[in-house]
Amino acid sequence: MSLEVKIKKKVKGFELDVDFQVDQDTFGILGASGCGKSMTLKCIAGIMTPDSGFIKLNDKVLYDSKNKINLKPQERNVGYLFQNYALFPNMTVLENIGVGYKGDKEEKDQKVKEMMEMFHLEELKSKYPKQLSGGQQQRAALARMLIYEPDIMLLDEPFSALDMYLKEELQLQLSDLLRKVDKETIIVTHDRDEVYKLCNRLMVIDHGKVLACEDTKEMFHDPSILQVARLTGCKNLVDIQWIDDDTIEVAKWGVRLKVQEDKERKATHIGIRAHDFIPYQEKPEDIENIIPCSIAEVSEGPFEWNILFKTSASEEQIYWKMMKSGMSNRQMDFGIKYLSIDPKHIMLLTKK
Amino acid sequence: MELSPILISIKTASLSIIITFFLGVLVAKLLVDVKNEKWKMFWDGVLTLPMVLPPTVAGFFLLFIFGVKRPLGIFFLEFFGVKIAFSWSATVLAAVVISFPLMYRSARGAFEQVDENLIFAARTLGLSEWKIFWKVQLPNALPGIASGGVLAFARGLGEFGATSMIAGNILGKTRTLPLAVYSAVAAGDMESAYQYVAIIVVISFVVVISMNYFTMKERGGKG
Repeated sequence: MSLEVKIKKKVKGFELDVDFQVDQDTFGILGASGCGKSMTLKCIAGIMTPDSGFIKLNDKVLYDSKNKINLKPQERNVGYLFQNYALFPNMTVLENIGVGYKGDKEEKDQKVKEMMEMFHLEELKSKYPKQLSGGQQQRAALARMLIYEPDIMLLDEPFSALDMYLKEELQLQLSDLLRKVDKETIIVTHDRDEVYKLCNRLMVIDHGKVLACEDTKEMFHDPSILQVARLTGCKNLVDIQWIDDDTIEVAKWGVRLKVQEDKERKATHIGIRAHDFIPYQEKPEDIENIIPCSIAEVSEGPFEWNILFKTSASEEQIYWKMMKSGMSNRQMDFGIKYLSIDPKHIMLLTKK
Repeated sequence: MELSPILISIKTASLSIIITFFLGVLVAKLLVDVKNEKWKMFWDGVLTLPMVLPPTVAGFFLLFIFGVKRPLGIFFLEFFGVKIAFSWSATVLAAVVISFPLMYRSARGAFEQVDENLIFAARTLGLSEWKIFWKVQLPNALPGIASGGVLAFARGLGEFGATSMIAGNILGKTRTLPLAVYSAVAAGDMESAYQYVAIIVVISFVVVISMNYFTMKERGGKG
């Protein structure tokens, strides 16, 4: 099982130029909206045609501009889950699932029944799509896709049409399903939680170019590229100057910080995750990397405190996030005057 | 009151809507699939022209093309023995030409409003283009197409200008209801005029009501 993609496509003011391989498991494509991730999926499915390049699924060449090969979507056997699920509004759930099944009637009925059971759709079989909730529509669309036994599943922002509270439940259901059907899957999303939960490998796209492609957990742990760090949700990103191999100057915060040693001094920026700072009310002794600061703004979320700090240089604010634990239901103590950061939590980044 | 205009109008409007409906839907489908935007615009202009031209001008063109001494007129006369100009078939021809743009434009709009993801999804599910048209595109565009059909029917029924140019105003042959109203008033026969007008108003009102019904259904279907 493998997918090879190397395509280019130019549209007004935008150029897609991606080159990647998917070997197994669940592959995530993360990027801001308009970065070309959906376009990539559409090219794989044959809904859009690239200007040039090559797409190969297992041993089947789907597209090859050199040899003038461009299979129709009908011939590709690629399953595509649309952002709005694209169920046919004029057909019931039952009809939607069986709409294009090729085979005799008995076989089809049997297959449709299996799918309905698998996705718990039996009770909804004679309902029309507009009568279904978002989650039910998603299940029906997945059933409709899987009945054809596609060689690969492409999921385009599978949860963006859903309410927040449904999302988490459906993410769990989907990850369960992906394990069950054991099919190569590509999930396109701008939601970092989704990729982290669902994808083993992750590719990050920005302005039509591939920034990075590696193991998901590894990428979140050590993004190493500025834009990747931003997309993985890192809030504190600042440019730096090297003082020596393990010391940097952060002019925008007015401090020098110890970092993990890097003889090449390649990094141009650092990233610090919002929850990695430790707050102090008084200046602690024997601790490295102290940043004097004061609170600029506090906002309370349902489960966490989000606090913005000013530093003496006060050019760039520091974003700190603290989960409310069961105990600290009480008012947040705002007398914080110092933050410290462990050198191993400072991510060294380069801009790409 | 002479009854023949009522019968002629019903016959003309019925036959012409059948022709207009299928022709309009077919042409709309063909044009929606045209990839080149410039050609699309050009053909759209040509196909919409009969709607924006004064009907007498459209009738003038028809006379120019189908007149008995014109190539097409001669062709029909010699090969099929059909004389088009100033015969009943000319009333149908005029109604079709004038009502066609309404049908075509409504159908095109209806096709274009169908979520293109539905068509993409159908393709990835392996449905043939033919099946996609019949099972996805057409049913989902149907309310819009139907309301276009109703409009085109009403326009065909009310056709006056082009009909009088190419078909004339021959009692019992080409005199349709709108022409009968005109002739009755011109002859000072106001009583007949009232009756013809009443019939047209009733039919038109029914048409508007059914239009609203289709639009309502369309809105209900989208929600």
